Amino acid sequence: MDEIIRFDNVVYSYAAAGESQETMSGPGGGGAAESGRSADGHRQPEPDAGAGGTPALDGVTLSVRRGETVAVLGHNGSGKSTLVRMLNGLLTPLSGTVTVCGIGTGEEDRLLEVRQKVGLVFQNPDNQIVATVVEEDVAFALENLGVPPAEIRERVDAALRDVGMVEYREHAPHRLSGGQKQRVAIAGALAMDPLVLALDEPTAMLDPRGRGEVMETVRRLNRERGVTVVMVTHHMNEAALCGRVVVMDRGRIRLDGTPEDVFLRADELRALGLGVPQTVALARGLGLDAAPLTDEDCARVIFDFVRGGASAGG
Amino acid sequence: MLKDITLGQYFPGTSLVHRLDPRAKLILVFAFITALLTANHALTYLVILLYLALAVTVSRVRPSALARGMRPMAFIILFTAVLNIFYTPGRPLVSFWIFTVSAEGVERAVFMALRLLMLISCTFMLTYTTSPLALADALGRLMSPLAKIRVPVHEFAMMMTIALRFIPTIIEETDKIMSAQKARGADFETGNLFRRAKALIPLLVPLFVGAFRRADDLAVAMECRCYHGGGGRTRMKQLRMTGVDALVLTGSVALLAGVSALGRLGWFMR
Repeated sequence: MDEIIRFDNVVYSYAAAGESQETMSGPGGGGAAESGRSADGHRQPEPDAGAGGTPALDGVTLSVRRGETVAVLGHNGSGKSTLVRMLNGLLTPLSGTVTVCGIGTGEEDRLLEVRQKVGLVFQNPDNQIVATVVEEDVAFALENLGVPPAEIRERVDAALRDVGMVEYREHAPHRLSGGQKQRVAIAGALAMDPLVLALDEPTAMLDPRGRGEVMETVRRLNRERGVTVVMVTHHMNEAALCGRVVVMDRGRIRLDGTPEDVFLRADELRALGLGVPQTVALARGLGLDAAPLTDEDCARVIFDFVRGGASAGG
Repeated sequence: MLKDITLGQYFPGTSLVHRLDPRAKLILVFAFITALLTANHALTYLVILLYLALAVTVSRVRPSALARGMRPMAFIILFTAVLNIFYTPGRPLVSFWIFTVSAEGVERAVFMALRLLMLISCTFMLTYTTSPLALADALGRLMSPLAKIRVPVHEFAMMMTIALRFIPTIIEETDKIMSAQKARGADFETGNLFRRAKALIPLLVPLFVGAFRRADDLAVAMECRCYHGGGGRTRMKQLRMTGVDALVLTGSVALLAGVSALGRLGWFMR
């Protein structure tokens, strides 16, 4: 049983959630349980509630296994960021359940446990770094969890090593490049020793070089540390690097499969306002029924095509 | 132009001053300022000045960095000095029209300027050699007895840390917005005070909106990293007063207090 995350028919709408969002202020707060109950009042919102009440998530069922890398695609407003915020209980479903390692994200008293299991990294690296020194920022989560100082030191060093930022550990974050800042943010999540690393468009504000750094880091963490990765992205090339692609549209999952499977359905993707990686676009432009994801694959597909065409013609 | 502001900047280092317990440093700064404000004799000033010079040398903070921090205050220092030269009654040295320069005036002007310069230098030395987080931490710990009377010490320290963290970011953003508004024809440099203040509105509005958005993002990011207030928190960097800390602290406080007391009592006057 290596299922690590489970979404069961999850419905969420920001309009309907309005007030219950206040409950996000943390576990154990006296008010949290109460407003949680008041949210029960509108437990069953109409899925197609009008007047701006379009659900951000509309019956999402999803299962992620340990060690997977999942790319979540979708145009703006498709609900992918909401999906990610569900992973660690930042948002809790209006109906349905989200379970992380068997713990429901709605269980107020186990919220810290869930947050520790799912490290979340956001788009803007500037807005998620708390401390003025890199290593102190990485230590932030562990300090919050009440880990003994000596162990914090060890885990911070390990996390910085894992993202390749050891030599910057005494630097001021605002002097780092975007890619470096984002790697610090990843280290900050990684220090918690999470099972899942969830990233919400981690490369959106970075230059190509920073994007490469971040993607390389994330993939290495998956490969070497076995961290499960859930990543929202707009870049098809990044999605192609993942083992699994989930395409969302208007709060629902439309496509779910390996990158090859998903990108082969280019017409459906286009209808959802999405493109395909350039290699796939090229192959399809040639009229091939293939979805090569790497340059080498693409070259081979085209080579086969040209040779096949030549032998058929001659 | 905004990049010149170095307030709250920290230059990492490994000198004795850097490694000194931040609590000890805070107390030292307090003692230093007290000694400075009660100093009333050239010899006292000299000792304090030497002490500061020693601290700067040991810390390897570049004097140019201190000077840079001083620049915005230059006018006030000069102004104070000039006022003191002309408005201190005493033995006249030079006199023209309605102005009289007295010997006491010159002496006081020099002392005043020295006092201000050293005051600023000493606070800069604190922020240059102490990571703001350590500083906020030290403040929090020194004030922690106040938590018993329900003063939100942890929250206060956290707020300071975050403010310090975001000062450079917000300054950068200000620069960016300024350029953007200039590109759209905004004029921040001409006109009278009123016009210039009004010209700042298109700068301040996006700045505030941006700051609030940042605050929102940061709050979510902090929650994601299990932040739940001050309860049950530990710190990676423990503060431990070592023998060296205690030695430096007691030695310095004794020196500063002694020198200032002797000056007060008039022992140097003989």
